[in-house]
Amino acid sequence: MLPLATATLVFLSGRRAASFFLFPGAAAVIVSVCGLLCQVWTFGPQRHTVGGWSAPLGIELYADGLSASLLALTAVIMSAAGFYALVTTRRGGTHCEGCDNDLFWPLWFFLWATLNAVFLSRDIFNLYITLELLVLCAVPLLTLAGSGAALTAGMRYLLVAMLGSMAYLLGTVLLYAQYSTLSIPQLGALIESTPATLAAVVLITSGLLLKTALFPLHFWLPGAHGNAPTPVSALLSGLVVKASFYLLLRLWFGAFPRAISPAAGQYIGILGSAAIVWGSLLALRQVRLKLVIAYSTVAQVGYFFLLFPLATRLVRPSDSPDWMAMAGSGTLYFLISHGLAKASMFLSAGCIAHAAGSDRLSEFIGIGRYLPVSVFAFALAGVSLMGLPPSGGFVGKWLMLKAAFGTGQWWWAVVMSVGGLLAAAYVFMVLKQAVVFRLVDIRFYEVPAGMQWAALLLALSSLLLGLSGEAPFDLLEIGSPFSAPTSAGSPP
Amino acid sequence: MSQVTLYTITGVILFFMGLRAFLLYAHLVRKILAFNVMGSGIFLLLVGIASRVPCAAPDPVPHALVLTGIVVSVSFTAFGLVLLRRIYAKTGKAHITTEMEDTDAQ
Repeated sequence: MLPLATATLVFLSGRRAASFFLFPGAAAVIVSVCGLLCQVWTFGPQRHTVGGWSAPLGIELYADGLSASLLALTAVIMSAAGFYALVTTRRGGTHCEGCDNDLFWPLWFFLWATLNAVFLSRDIFNLYITLELLVLCAVPLLTLAGSGAALTAGMRYLLVAMLGSMAYLLGTVLLYAQYSTLSIPQLGALIESTPATLAAVVLITSGLLLKTALFPLHFWLPGAHGNAPTPVSALLSGLVVKASFYLLLRLWFGAFPRAISPAAGQYIGILGSAAIVWGSLLALRQVRLKLVIAYSTVAQVGYFFLLFPLATRLVRPSDSPDWMAMAGSGTLYFLISHGLAKASMFLSAGCIAHAAGSDRLSEFIGIGRYLPVSVFAFALAGVSLMGLPPSGGFVGKWLMLKAAFGTGQWWWAVVMSVGGLLAAAYVFMVLKQAVVFRLVDIRFYEVPAGMQWAALLLALSSLLLGLSGEAPFDLLEIGSPFSAPTSAGSPP
Repeated sequence: MSQVTLYTITGVILFFMGLRAFLLYAHLVRKILAFNVMGSGIFLLLVGIASRVPCAAPDPVPHALVLTGIVVSVSFTAFGLVLLRRIYAKTGKAHITTEMEDTDAQ
């Protein structure tokens, strides 16, 4: 219901005089997301079959706590970044970066609809379609920036996405050939560890790893996220990479658990650790602010993948479920607060770049005096990324560290701490440029207040996530894929 | 060799041929064509799977998957080609290299 509503709004906004549809459209989606949240909270996981055709031939929409929270995240980030884009086009002068293109807003809402569809789908083929749609929406938005770098990065992203999708599709076909079902819970019940299944798992996982830019398959991400129009970068880093990660999560814990060995989780954890270290080190070497933030995304994506070794049943199966649930909640919490923080960082980088005329680090020395709101937003977002209390990032990392020690895998805890230090390094590297108190005679452009406050709002949300106590956890627990086997896997 | 086996094996061979071409050639038109060949390989595999139970009627689900897959691959090809033309107009080259990314975005 939700994606369909958003899609209709998109058709309405496909005209030039679309500007007065934007606010009602966004408001309508936000209202329906809140409604869904309340429903999931009170009644548990919700199910809805489109057109009355049930699986395996029809499309079934499914919302549990995880889906609902990700839908809410999407709504928040898209509204804030959308507001930023609106203000950029209205009062930004010539620095629009393509946001004033006719196709921008229809693409924006299509992307929103697609993200909603990803988080609500439950069979592998539907997820494939939504993944493709995501790419088809995200790449055009990215290339609207118009520069040669943006076009090249968009092409690279498109090719990488095509490759990933083909791998995923082949894996899906192999799974269907074996088990004659596309629905994730049914696969979870039927799956066994045969060679064809393992080949399918490897293909699907590789395809999704390519799309989530896990090291060493991350080569396309910095160019794409660093060269897109600012609100689009916020979306790409904050939401789109999470969509393919969400898919991997659903598949690994919903469909594959009986087919894969715990060692596979460790391999992914190793790649995740490499991503954390490599991404952070490369971030320290960048000259442009947006590329620093993009490499930071590469590093943070590594954190998400630490979920896999922490949550697969490993050393002591007797007490695994509690640690699994804790690792799961921790990673998801971190995921959500990272989405907010990263989007906020990109928006404040956009403000800074707008003011200084370029986003090279050497160009905006001392900008903290002119744009206090943006720099403060960046700092708050950095706090969440570093994992300092009381931010959401801290809560997520804390839970993951506890799970790491609880399952006896202390080496991941070391990696996470190192990652936190490196994140602090690159955040401070940027802040040092901004907060220097010399009197420098550089001309800065005016930045509209709306843009700055959008960035600050997102950063504050990330902080608030850490202060909000138990409520988000209870939401995530509803129908969670990490709960003990007796309660997971609702009947299809 | 039965028809089903022939289709499935050909499909897989096509997929890997397309994959090799996708990874080896730098020219963007070749990459897009290779992507199409990969897609055709997968569709052939799907059609082969549809008749995997020899006596019963063919399974309609893979056919639906093939149709959807064709739509997706046509859209990707169309968009890829338009983007390719833009890149060619902007840079005069039909393959992507890393020098193009060092310019400032603003």
